[in-house]
Amino acid sequence: MTKRETVWRETLVRDAAPDGTAVLLRELIAHLRQNQSQLREEWARRITEARLLTAMSNDELFAEATAVYDQYVEALETGTLEALQAYARSLSERIIPRGVETHEVVGIVLLLRDVLARSLFEKYQADFTKLDRILDAYEPAANRIANTVAVGFVQERERVIRQQQEAIRELSTPVLQVRERLLILPIIGVIDPQRARQLTEQLLRGIRTNRAKVVVIDITGVAAMDATVANHLVQTVEASRLLGATVIVTGLSPEIAQTLVTIGVDLGKMNTVGDLQGGIEQAERLLGYKVVPLDAGS
Amino acid sequence: MEVPVLKQGPFLIATVQAALTDEDLVHLRKAMIERVVTSRSLGVIIDVTAMDIMDSFASRTLCEIAQMIHLRGADTIIVGIQPEVAFAMVQLGITLEGVVTALDLEEGLSYLKEKFDSDA
Repeated sequence: MTKRETVWRETLVRDAAPDGTAVLLRELIAHLRQNQSQLREEWARRITEARLLTAMSNDELFAEATAVYDQYVEALETGTLEALQAYARSLSERIIPRGVETHEVVGIVLLLRDVLARSLFEKYQADFTKLDRILDAYEPAANRIANTVAVGFVQERERVIRQQQEAIRELSTPVLQVRERLLILPIIGVIDPQRARQLTEQLLRGIRTNRAKVVVIDITGVAAMDATVANHLVQTVEASRLLGATVIVTGLSPEIAQTLVTIGVDLGKMNTVGDLQGGIEQAERLLGYKVVPLDAGS
Repeated sequence: MEVPVLKQGPFLIATVQAALTDEDLVHLRKAMIERVVTSRSLGVIIDVTAMDIMDSFASRTLCEIAQMIHLRGADTIIVGIQPEVAFAMVQLGITLEGVVTALDLEEGLSYLKEKFDSDA
């Protein structure tokens, strides 16, 4: 037999299967509907036993189990996964904030598959050929469903993570006005090229909107700095100068000072002051402010 | 496109209205260094708010204008560089070394006035 003929025969067999499969699936669904309350309870019990979804109360767990079960049977019946997909997404939306992990979701879907397979086994154990065919019909569908739910959950989680990353990035670079025409930019944490770029853009925008003349960049919270980041800092200082603002950098740690001098980054043009307080004081001098205690005269 | 140069008290103000060709820049340079003495100006403001691109020739010419005007006895300040332009410039290594810059025309005027008052 040529290879082509084999492929053709296989296609034929697969195409012939749906009729048989459809009949078996109908029988299967009838079985799942008949025994639904018992199977749901069994499933919920197994979930509790396996200590999955501990973030949810038993009642909630049972309510969700019921809904998922119905969607599951429906997906088996109609062969379309859209409704289940939508439900999986909304379920994920609800449970992700409560700290439900991927392994739990995959675990419960596989448990349901297991519970149903066992019940099928029990029902048809007298007739092995039929059991075999029923399982042949059931398993591909069940696998697809498990896959859909797990992927839906992971996608939703990734979406949440992306959103949070966005939010963190926005939050991590505040440009604050402390006095008329004086901005401070406290930098905390690790600076990567992307963050450095965003930082510079935000600072330049801040300089224009606040009409700042002096900017204090405080890097007390930056643990380490390499040549790339140092050059970004130099660029930020130069770009600010082009907008007419003077930059004072404060809080260079001894480690960073050592590294920068050792690797030979030229920060000669940079205006540096030991700490944030000193930086703000110098900025005030540049702007012509004089801060005195209220009772200085008395 | 010619750059209009206005006289405002003791200062000259050149407002760039659109992107400039190299030729326009050379023309601007010539016009500025001539007018700074004929109009007896003490300071020159070049407003580049409308320039959304600043290449190496443009920035070098601006630096040259500043140095030449200094030799002709006046001060120069460049105002209105846009944040995006400034960012692109420093990435290309263009920093307008030795040239005074300010946020906008108002800032530039107050800088020159202050300098002029303290000199007088």
